[in-house]
Amino acid sequence: MNLTWICLFLPLFAAVVISFFTSRHKHLSAALSIGAILVSFLIVLEISLSGGHHGGHELAVSWLEVGPLKVDFGLRIDSLSMMMALVVTGVGSLIHIYSYGYMDEDPGFSRYFAFLSLFTFSMLGIVFSTNFIQMFIFWELVGVSSYLLIGFWFGKESAADAAKKAFLCNRLGDFGFLLGIIILWNLVGDLNFSSLQAGWAKNSPLLGKYATAVGVLIFCGAVGKSAQFPLHVWLPDAMEGPTPVSALIHAATMVAAGVYMLCRVFFLFNPEALCVIAWIGGITSILAAVIAVQQNDIKRILAYSTLSQLGYMVMTVGLSAPAASMFHLTTHAFFKALLFLGAGSVIHALHHEQDIWKMGGLQARMPVTFWTFLAATLALCGVPPFSGFFSKDEVLAAAFHQNTALFVIAIFVAALTTFYMARLFFVAFLGRPRSDASLHSHESPSVMTRPLMLLAILSVLGGFIGIGGVFERFFEPSTQESAGWVASLFHPFSEPLPALFGLLAIMAGFCGAVALYWNAAKDPFPEMARSLSRAIRQRFYFDELYELLIAITHDTLAALASAFDQWIIGGLVIRGAHGTAEFCGRALRLVQTGNLNTYAFLLVAGATVIFFLVLFR
Amino acid sequence: MSHPGLEHYLAVSILLFCLGLFGVIARRNLMIIYMSLELLLNAASLALVAFSKFNGNLRGQILVFFIITVAAAEVAVGLALIVALYRKRQTAHVEDLVSMKL
Repeated sequence: MNLTWICLFLPLFAAVVISFFTSRHKHLSAALSIGAILVSFLIVLEISLSGGHHGGHELAVSWLEVGPLKVDFGLRIDSLSMMMALVVTGVGSLIHIYSYGYMDEDPGFSRYFAFLSLFTFSMLGIVFSTNFIQMFIFWELVGVSSYLLIGFWFGKESAADAAKKAFLCNRLGDFGFLLGIIILWNLVGDLNFSSLQAGWAKNSPLLGKYATAVGVLIFCGAVGKSAQFPLHVWLPDAMEGPTPVSALIHAATMVAAGVYMLCRVFFLFNPEALCVIAWIGGITSILAAVIAVQQNDIKRILAYSTLSQLGYMVMTVGLSAPAASMFHLTTHAFFKALLFLGAGSVIHALHHEQDIWKMGGLQARMPVTFWTFLAATLALCGVPPFSGFFSKDEVLAAAFHQNTALFVIAIFVAALTTFYMARLFFVAFLGRPRSDASLHSHESPSVMTRPLMLLAILSVLGGFIGIGGVFERFFEPSTQESAGWVASLFHPFSEPLPALFGLLAIMAGFCGAVALYWNAAKDPFPEMARSLSRAIRQRFYFDELYELLIAITHDTLAALASAFDQWIIGGLVIRGAHGTAEFCGRALRLVQTGNLNTYAFLLVAGATVIFFLVLFR
Repeated sequence: MSHPGLEHYLAVSILLFCLGLFGVIARRNLMIIYMSLELLLNAASLALVAFSKFNGNLRGQILVFFIITVAAAEVAVGLALIVALYRKRQTAHVEDLVSMKL
């Protein structure tokens, strides 16, 4: 029995035990769930450190054989899956521990941890998948567990709606994903990642004219899961879930699954598909960044920021730089999880107040949250030497070399990112308290602040401790070992132009935010550009547009179905059968005369006919 | 005159049967219809006895015993029904017994 199997199934075991046995003992449930993910983390760490994953290998059992379809259930162990598993279990562990403090008074405490463990299991399943079918199964499991977690407070109507919305948007993307898998299987007859990749170099024109279609359809899966335009609408609404869930699912892991999948099957995409991927990513990043500028809910700002950064990652994959994309994914997981947990800490302290204009003056009252949030903000903006700087620089460098238009977009997004994060920070943390709640706030318990500190350390150091190098060596095996952390500290400046533009963008965004929001009592932006502000606040009317489109389609379909039901089913089938039966009944009723003699006569006549037929024929 | 043959017996039997059938179809009084039914049974019995005699075995006669038994049982039940009906409705005419008609 390999340790990695234990690592995968331990969270599932925890989820099952909590659901069936320990749901009445909240501390035991939490201990089980946290213990499971911690042990998983230690196992992954041990394998990574011992170098057991070098070269990459698979553990697989045959799971399904139907005719030519052979599906393995296995574990793919290489540096890509190991790094991703480290992120999932590492950041996940911290979030589990944090949840212990955050959810303390919630009546659904045990249920929460059961869902959390189920989610961890599903996510690890995606990470370790060896083939498309297995990945698709866990892909759906992630969808289900995120549905459960977003709708955790299902008594609240908005939460239940958000859960449904997230699930449906995901399903929409997954439909394309499944279609892509089916076409791929039809043409190639093999769904295993490593054998596909091995065979790809030899007969890459195997897909022929379907290559682009397959690439784009598989990308559809990532569009749904990673909330890319045009399916981005579910992520902001998913903020209805508990805040640690937002940190786990909607920052560090689930939404990253789409990017991970793209990197895993990167060899599949031809230049046209990559172009589509890059532009979708670019559009998502700028759209979300613009919307984030005028949101007032702290979690929604972070949600749109996540969307924007996911757009970055997807765009980078499209620009043929999966290593940079995975690097940004990893650092983003650190600082975005930290941002969400920090926001959760603030929300917890302010008794579930989420409007940033009712916060303020938190520096003295919540020092740990304040400083860690600051570190994460700087990392997100890409200020050197925080981790975000290094990964974002690689993203910008990739765009710089490949596509000038996308480079301009990326720089603009970088400026916007700094702008809205500075706005959030100035308004929510600095200045004077704007409400009673923020006046009487106090620091969260240490079970919540310790994970913040650990994540802050990762957010600060994550850029130059060799994470980027691991991915580079995975995708470009010829790259030599990096030359130590001092060298990687100055690595971005080996290409001065993107780094310089990135820093300029940060300066520009920061200056803009200082000018508008330093000590601002209320948002001055709507006064300056009223209609633009309103459009942004309404998120460019995407929800309304979709609602309208869905309403029109739905109404048309409903009218068609109704007409079919009324005229074909009701008119022809039901009325027809009923009418025939009634007509025959009425005709036969005339025979029922009530006269005994008639009956006797008919009886004799009938008997005569039968005799005649039997005897003389 | 020679001895009557099988066809003579059967002719009488058919006559009896037609008489009974006419009574069942045409008469209005339940008692008369009832007696006509007995005529029908007797016509069948006569034919059977004739067959028995001309075939030289007793099979037909055995069947006749059954017919007599059934007829006795039928009379017991049927007359009781008619009496009960008469007590209830003060009539035994079929024209008056049409309450089952729709």
